Amino acid sequence: MAETVFARPLAQADVSTHYCPGCTHGLIHRLVAEVIDELGVQERTVGIAPVGCAVLAYDYFNVDFHEASHGRAPAVATGIKRARPDLIVFSYQGDGDLASIGMAEIVHCANRGEKVTVVFVNNAIYGMTGGQMAPTTMPGQVATTCQLGRDVELAGYPIRVAELISTLRTPAFVARATVHNPLVAVHAKEMLRRAFQYQVAGTCFSLVEILSTCPTNWGIPPQESMSWLETNMLPYYPVGVFKNPDGGSREPKPLAD
Amino acid sequence: MTKRLMKGSEAIGEAAVQAGCKLFFGYPITPQNEIPEYMSMRLPQIGGTFVQAESEVAASHMIYGAAGAGERVMTSSSSPGVSLMAEGISYLAGAELPVVIVNIMRAGPGLGGILPSQGDYFQATKGLAHGDFRVLVLAPWSIQEAADLVQDAFDLADYYRNPVMVLGDGLIGQMMEPVEFSEGRKPVKELAPKTWATTGCDGSRPTNVINSLFLDPNELEQHNYKLAEKFDTMVQDEVRFATYGAEEDYDVLIVAYGTVARVCSTAIDELVEEGIAVAMVRPITLFPYPYEGVREGALKANSVLVVELSSGQMIEDVALGLARSRPIHFLNRMGGILVSPDEVVTKIKAILDGSSEEVHIG
Repeated sequence: MAETVFARPLAQADVSTHYCPGCTHGLIHRLVAEVIDELGVQERTVGIAPVGCAVLAYDYFNVDFHEASHGRAPAVATGIKRARPDLIVFSYQGDGDLASIGMAEIVHCANRGEKVTVVFVNNAIYGMTGGQMAPTTMPGQVATTCQLGRDVELAGYPIRVAELISTLRTPAFVARATVHNPLVAVHAKEMLRRAFQYQVAGTCFSLVEILSTCPTNWGIPPQESMSWLETNMLPYYPVGVFKNPDGGSREPKPLAD
Repeated sequence: MTKRLMKGSEAIGEAAVQAGCKLFFGYPITPQNEIPEYMSMRLPQIGGTFVQAESEVAASHMIYGAAGAGERVMTSSSSPGVSLMAEGISYLAGAELPVVIVNIMRAGPGLGGILPSQGDYFQATKGLAHGDFRVLVLAPWSIQEAADLVQDAFDLADYYRNPVMVLGDGLIGQMMEPVEFSEGRKPVKELAPKTWATTGCDGSRPTNVINSLFLDPNELEQHNYKLAEKFDTMVQDEVRFATYGAEEDYDVLIVAYGTVARVCSTAIDELVEEGIAVAMVRPITLFPYPYEGVREGALKANSVLVVELSSGQMIEDVALGLARSRPIHFLNRMGGILVSPDEVVTKIKAILDGSSEEVHIG
């Protein structure tokens, strides 16, 4: 008898995705689905799809789903979780969705300590609308609405979401990961696992920011995109755990004499 | 059950609880703050949940989440806040989710003022948000009726899988009147189980998806037809209106809704004492609009008087119903100022002695 050593996660639908070659959305979907499988929560998980490239995520997971309007996924998550606290609720959002139009929703969802999980995919650009500047676009990075590169004098610096959310006093798990090679993808899955585990235990809000590629709108071939991410994004968006529910307070301490 | 003296806002909140509402999401705005305040105190007592949202935009999407998960849920706001909820309401209608939205109207446009108005009639009945949809709009004229309509609203929302709006003004929110909640109230509709809700999928059914996205135009058109059929059914089955005053032999028919109709009823009583018979048709559903009821009442009169707290919004529906068969006169106040019974009496007398000019719509 042949032994199955590799299969599609049960929580992932057996369909092709619409994602471009070299995009890491498909990979991140798989990591999320694997974690859902491994925690045994598929039957009580509800996902929320964003507006952005992952708008059709509801077709790619074998769990109940809500499609949210642009940026409002954390509010939808709040509604679902408050209505049915027994459900495992996760939103899957991009950087235009979460860090621009949905900034109020994510900050307040985190600050209320909603027991939901946010998978935040940061590829430093608006993908679905065709490559416009995002709040996370790198300084000097070319986008269709900053064709000479992001000018920080006019557009400010890219927003570091994991750091920003981690300043909130409410207990939470906040981490950043990346998936530009298999080794770091293993770490990303571990961050996702911890995020979902905290929700299963009813501990706290959890958010994992995952750095991602957009070869199509970056105008960089898929393989080079991986190194572009590593060279340009990783130094500005360091990976790691920014906040633990038991990690104490980040309140300012008095200066030493 | 005995009657209780209740403030309108509290009666609205209690009615929702009596109807099985488990969740409330809302944002503070005058003059409806007593509704969220009441719900924040009351819902935890029954194992429900109150969340003060970060904005009306967020509140409109929190109710989308809760309704999609299959629970009865409500929000309330006032005019500028309802504008912010427009986004969520369109998605709710598109995804066919049942929610109850209370709008305690204040004067506008813009920040306007906090006093009563009927300036959101067009918004509620014609253009609540982008896209092609309608919501049932229920307009109470008393606290008891507000309580009754809120309970009906939950049944109608579930039945049609569509948002239902209860449209009042600051008077409905602030007045105190005796209210009775009937025990063992039965739903106004036979309700099917919510098999479409996102309650977690154990494989015994396909996954449930709450969604308003249809990238294929043919699929979206089919969806639009399905929604349109639903709105047509509402028009056929849900029209509600009441009459007041004379049933026959009157010269003037008043058409007014909500608290303005209440003012007009006082004027009608005063005119009866002077021997002047006046009738009133009071729409209770603003969508669907009681065109036939208004027309039948008007055809027994020589002229029609529309009274509104706006520059003239419902009057367009009256004109549509009458199709130029009777002259229409108009009395209004704006900016948060109420129409007084005396003004109505004076206007009726002016119509009768020929000194009031009819208005032309369209």
